[in-house]
Amino acid sequence: MGNIEKASASDNIAVKFKDFSFRYNSQKEPTLKNISLTINKGEKVLVIGPSGSGKSTFGHCINGLAPHSYKGEVTGTLEVMGKEASELGIFGASEYVGTVLQDSDCQFIGLTAGEDIAFAMENECVETGTMRQRVLAAAISVDMDKFLASNPFQLSGGQKQRVSLAGVMVNEVDILLFDEPLANLDPATGKYAIELIDDLQKQSGKTVIIIEHRLEDALHRGADRVILFDDGRIVADLPPSELLAGSLLEKHGIREPLFISALKMAGCGVRAEDNLQNIASLSIEAHKEKLLGWAGRGTGRTKQAAEQDLLEVRDLAFKYKSGTRAIKDISFSVKKGEMLAVIGKNGAGKSTLSKLICGMERPDSGSIIFEGRDITRDTIKERSLRIGFAMQNPNHMICKTMIMDEVSLGLKARKIADDIIKDRVEETLRICGLYPFRNWPVAALSYGQKKRVTIASILVLEPKMLILDEPTAGQDHKHYTEIMEFLKELNERSGITIMMITHDMHLAIEYTNRAIVLSDGIKIADDTVAAILSNEEAINSANLKKTSLYDLAIRLELEPELLIQRFIEDEGVKFHL
Amino acid sequence: MSALLSYIRVDSPIHRLNGATKLIIFLVWSLTGMISLDARVLVIMLITGITAFRISRIKFRDIAFVFTFISMFLLLNFITIYLFSPEEGVQIYGTRHVLFSISQRYTVTLEQLFYELTVTLKYYTVVPVALLFVLTTDPSEFASSLNRLGISYKVSYAVALALRYIPDIQTEFKNISHAQQARGIDLSRKAKPWTRLKNMLAILMPLIFSSLDRITVIANAMELRNFGKKKKRTWYSARPFGRNDAGALIFVLLLSAAVIIFTFYDGTRHYNPFL
Repeated sequence: MGNIEKASASDNIAVKFKDFSFRYNSQKEPTLKNISLTINKGEKVLVIGPSGSGKSTFGHCINGLAPHSYKGEVTGTLEVMGKEASELGIFGASEYVGTVLQDSDCQFIGLTAGEDIAFAMENECVETGTMRQRVLAAAISVDMDKFLASNPFQLSGGQKQRVSLAGVMVNEVDILLFDEPLANLDPATGKYAIELIDDLQKQSGKTVIIIEHRLEDALHRGADRVILFDDGRIVADLPPSELLAGSLLEKHGIREPLFISALKMAGCGVRAEDNLQNIASLSIEAHKEKLLGWAGRGTGRTKQAAEQDLLEVRDLAFKYKSGTRAIKDISFSVKKGEMLAVIGKNGAGKSTLSKLICGMERPDSGSIIFEGRDITRDTIKERSLRIGFAMQNPNHMICKTMIMDEVSLGLKARKIADDIIKDRVEETLRICGLYPFRNWPVAALSYGQKKRVTIASILVLEPKMLILDEPTAGQDHKHYTEIMEFLKELNERSGITIMMITHDMHLAIEYTNRAIVLSDGIKIADDTVAAILSNEEAINSANLKKTSLYDLAIRLELEPELLIQRFIEDEGVKFHL
Repeated sequence: MSALLSYIRVDSPIHRLNGATKLIIFLVWSLTGMISLDARVLVIMLITGITAFRISRIKFRDIAFVFTFISMFLLLNFITIYLFSPEEGVQIYGTRHVLFSISQRYTVTLEQLFYELTVTLKYYTVVPVALLFVLTTDPSEFASSLNRLGISYKVSYAVALALRYIPDIQTEFKNISHAQQARGIDLSRKAKPWTRLKNMLAILMPLIFSSLDRITVIANAMELRNFGKKKKRTWYSARPFGRNDAGALIFVLLLSAAVIIFTFYDGTRHYNPFL
């Protein structure tokens, strides 16, 4: 009896870590330290933690990338579906574990959706005829059979997710491992991806492990357990509601869901019994009174920007050579000293708009006025005196190995005298908090610091306006706060106007007063963030997602704008203290 | 944004040919073109090549840039040959019809002109077929063809991936260069050539880093899905070898045989109109 019971218990285990440590060869300290953890078959587990906490390495150990591709030293044991992981290797593990990587375009290997789904079968030497049948079956299961011949780059974010899922499902794996599936998705697509994963898990009963730092989005459909990593250790292994009720998240740098912040602001004590895992499951009755009282006390005032226009865009239209209309008759103005967001789904025209403003593309019609002067005909270089542009990834902008050289590059190109360059560079480095590092090599800096270097290298040219493309994409809460607080300070101290292109709603709520929403190249809204997030039509057409604050307001039978505005006020107070 | 020299997806009889067929045709064609210096057959090959290009439904504007680039290069070639060997034509054809004289060493003869035009023509006969091969072959199908011709599938796939990521890297280069221009690094024609070259080199560093990042991600994604597990692999996009393939191959092999026989019929590679 005892033996049979034991056997069935171990039969039920999908992944088992025991006293497991892993140290990359390139590092001194182990990245995973003494992990012991069991994940059962059919479980849905969410793994969270700040950057560098070891959560990605945890995933790499399960699919075999560590130590087989990322070399390192393993101690302790890890079993995947009852097999010793060290003996499985990457190929062995792939029979049990299907990995879906971040939705970066790199993940697509095939040139068409069909070919991408077939990739694993091609490597298994499945005969072409059989392969085509199985690809079709897998495509039907994710409702993509109409798109087999499409180029992955023509697919929407949600369709890409479905293709990648089909690509790992064709091999009948037992465990689905998602490595930051939400990282590059706009809010609505992210929500859709989580629903897709959840439906799939419910139908197939497969074990699902999701590694993510966007906790609120990942919990949209709940999870059996949340495992919190920090500094290479598991610091919590709890059902979502219990974790959210405690104080561990804040301590370990994970952003708590917005509606929980709202509950706390309203002075409600949050308890695990309230089903905190998402807004739909929340038991709201006990908190209603306090929440209503809190939301009603708002001043309803927004901070007013100066009235003077810095930039005015008039009837701007632009078509790519291939014939795609990217921007259709967009007009708006930006006030001096404003900090605003341009939001919209991938492909809505956000990047094209910023390129037009910076002069990287020429509009077909319309004009761009800067400080009352028409700059539509100016070259990129001429505009760069007024408008600075920072790319998403700082590694794509940095050309020099030393910080000083990098920051002075733009000035040297303008043939300014060396002593003036030195003064201006040092001044800028001080503003950006990089002065102590001025003689360091760029490589020694963290991602957030590199971001500052790229911003410093633009600020040194003294532009009046700064355009940033996705300033915080892929960053955990700590780095996000670091970058955004820096920008906010910059905006407040030096009065520089900042326009951010983003699909991060948290960013828009916390750091901007106004947002312009684009959809299919058309401006569909231009209003305060609170008003936009309460505007269902704008939310839908721009692929934004209703925040949990919106849903909270609906559940309280309140005007969403009122509650969101109140929340922003409290946020502001928090940040200014 | 149209990328330089990458697969253009349209449907045409040429696109529908097997990648291996196109590779063989390309090789045979180039070899034949290189061997012959007979202007008459080269003209016939050029006309055939251009006809194939029309059939492929690829538009001239898609290749206009590359075409101009090649033409510039051939012009340079034309001039260089003359500078180094102004009497080459006279030696080959054995007659000397002087048109005019530039200096003692450099005289323009009808023979030299004919010789150099033939050489240029020879390159132009290869151009349409080479472009066709690159523009009408799906990179993955190309990889499967290489593999079928006996080249290891890892090498074949690497070639296909490289072809496939050319457009991506071009886009990336454009984005990075825009961002650099927005901070005053001049890459436009207005800058002095030397400065421009130096500034271009500065961009290479971020471009290389971003490409390396991309390569790591792709390599991992491939390995996680079993790439390299077995000695062989099959191909989803493999095209069966059809009747059209056989037809096209036979046509090209016959043409090439005819060209070679015709060229060497009189014992030299050259056609001599001056006899």
